[in-house]
Amino acid sequence: MAKRIDISGLNAYYGSFLAIEDISMTVEPRSVTAFIGPSGCGKSTFLRTLNRMHEVTPGGRVEGKVMLDDEDLYGAGVDPVSVRREIGMVFQRPNPFPTMSVYDNVAAGLRLNGKYKKSELDDVVEKSLRGANLWNEVKDRLNKPGSGLSGGQQQRLCIARAIAVQPKVLLMDEPCSALDPISTLAIEDLIGELKEQFTIVIVTHNMQQAARVSDRTAFFNLAAVGQPGRLIEIDDTERIFSNPSVQATEDYISGRFG
Amino acid sequence: MSHATITPKSASSLHGARLPRWFPWAAAAASVALGFGISALAGLHSDIQWALIAAVLFLIGSYAVASAVEGKRQAKDRTATSLVWVAFLLAVIPLASLIWETVKQGVKVLDGYFLTHSMGVVADAEPGGGIYHALLGTLEQVGIAALISVPLGILTAIYLVEYGRGRLAQAVTFFVDVMTGIPSIVAGLFILSLWIIMLDMGYSGFAGSLALSILMIPIVVRSTEEMLKLVPNELREASLALGIPKWRTILKVVLPTSVGGIVNGVMLAIARITGETAPVLLLVWGTATINANPFDGPQASLPMYIYLQYNNGSEPAYDRAWAAALTLIAFIMVLNLAARGIARWKAPKTGR
Repeated sequence: MAKRIDISGLNAYYGSFLAIEDISMTVEPRSVTAFIGPSGCGKSTFLRTLNRMHEVTPGGRVEGKVMLDDEDLYGAGVDPVSVRREIGMVFQRPNPFPTMSVYDNVAAGLRLNGKYKKSELDDVVEKSLRGANLWNEVKDRLNKPGSGLSGGQQQRLCIARAIAVQPKVLLMDEPCSALDPISTLAIEDLIGELKEQFTIVIVTHNMQQAARVSDRTAFFNLAAVGQPGRLIEIDDTERIFSNPSVQATEDYISGRFG
Repeated sequence: MSHATITPKSASSLHGARLPRWFPWAAAAASVALGFGISALAGLHSDIQWALIAAVLFLIGSYAVASAVEGKRQAKDRTATSLVWVAFLLAVIPLASLIWETVKQGVKVLDGYFLTHSMGVVADAEPGGGIYHALLGTLEQVGIAALISVPLGILTAIYLVEYGRGRLAQAVTFFVDVMTGIPSIVAGLFILSLWIIMLDMGYSGFAGSLALSILMIPIVVRSTEEMLKLVPNELREASLALGIPKWRTILKVVLPTSVGGIVNGVMLAIARITGETAPVLLLVWGTATINANPFDGPQASLPMYIYLQYNNGSEPAYDRAWAAALTLIAFIMVLNLAARGIARWKAPKTGR
């Protein structure tokens, strides 16, 4: 199910502006990889290159290779729509579809991609909501609008929506930054469960969170404002937080940065 | 001790003298009375004159009283509030009096007979007759114009918001802006020269519909564009990230989210072109008899009917013109109410 991602020599541009430069790393399957680094260093941009969402932004352009197991996501003839079915994404702010009910939100990915039988859909919706630890809270209000849930519930609804299409990889762009500590804990627990099935990549500004949930951590930095962001190092989370091999990483983690 | 240097004017710095709640009403009543008095003494007869005097008195009076009692800041606040009220009344009075006058004059001959009979056997100077032919013509012409303009307009707006990049989109936006400003008589003359003179087609309701489309398309494009821009980009990204193709994202996520506003815009556009007279006069030609076929021969329409009846100048014709005007206003009002209803019904749900 879960797949490995191999990135080599990746550059991403906004128009003529080089946002991230020459990134190479491996994201291991069935594990959580965390991206940390200061604002504007290109973590989110890099994340969005992994499911070809970067090119949705006007002027967005990518060079380099992203191998999902043995397929290049940027190879000739690759359909970005199929890539996004394999690699799902959860955004910073919860964004359930406002016109749809809780049920329809979860079913959206399947329903909008083809015909499904009602009973099949019911199963997938229940499984996904259970997978996102939301089933017990919403099972009596599946037909109520998804935007009526609380922020934390909405974010778990978005996770349920993302895992309903059975992706191989789940990308999370600061999924807890708009949530309170209790909802954050619920989502972190969920990440721990989801990594049994999916390869997970999470961008976070919260270093404790990176330390709690991830197996491997990548530190990004940029030389100066206007310079492209770069990968400084990637290693096991324990090593990054105890004994990083680059001084800049230690400075950033211990708060002595800049 | 910084706070010791400030000596409060009164016992408490939070409490000041306040005018009572009824003060604005009393001031308004007093200035209306004064306005009446002054214009009676000066021998002015127009309603507008005493109302303007009252409005000016109200503004000056409430500023003077408030600044004496409450202080400068509150007085300015009251002046701003009063200005808003005066502007509101100035805007509403003509509207209300227009509707009042139309209803008063219009109900004289407006009945079932009037709505279901044409002018075919009645001379314009005689009483009797009705607007059935004009109502039918208006409904058909506006309906066809909407059938042409709504798909074109909505698809253009989708192109501009979702796909349009670079020069082509800029050009389309520019020409839509230009089209918004086209006077209706010019649209009529364009279709007259193209459809009737160059292509040698006869006068018909359809020719009128073509001209009305030219007027309607830019309104639909503009309003739909604004509505589509209001849809948060996050929803599009959420949908694309689920592996939903772009066209389906537009169809199933973007359009449903904005459908209320789009329908509202379409209804307002229809309301706007329903009252157009010039292109209809040029292209539909007008008839006193019922012609249900919009593609063949002259038709009638409500605005043109009103114009022709007014032109006739006889008492029964005036009554019919007022009744037709009332029907037209009622029709547009129903459209607006329907638009509001649909917008509310289709608005994204937020309830818990």
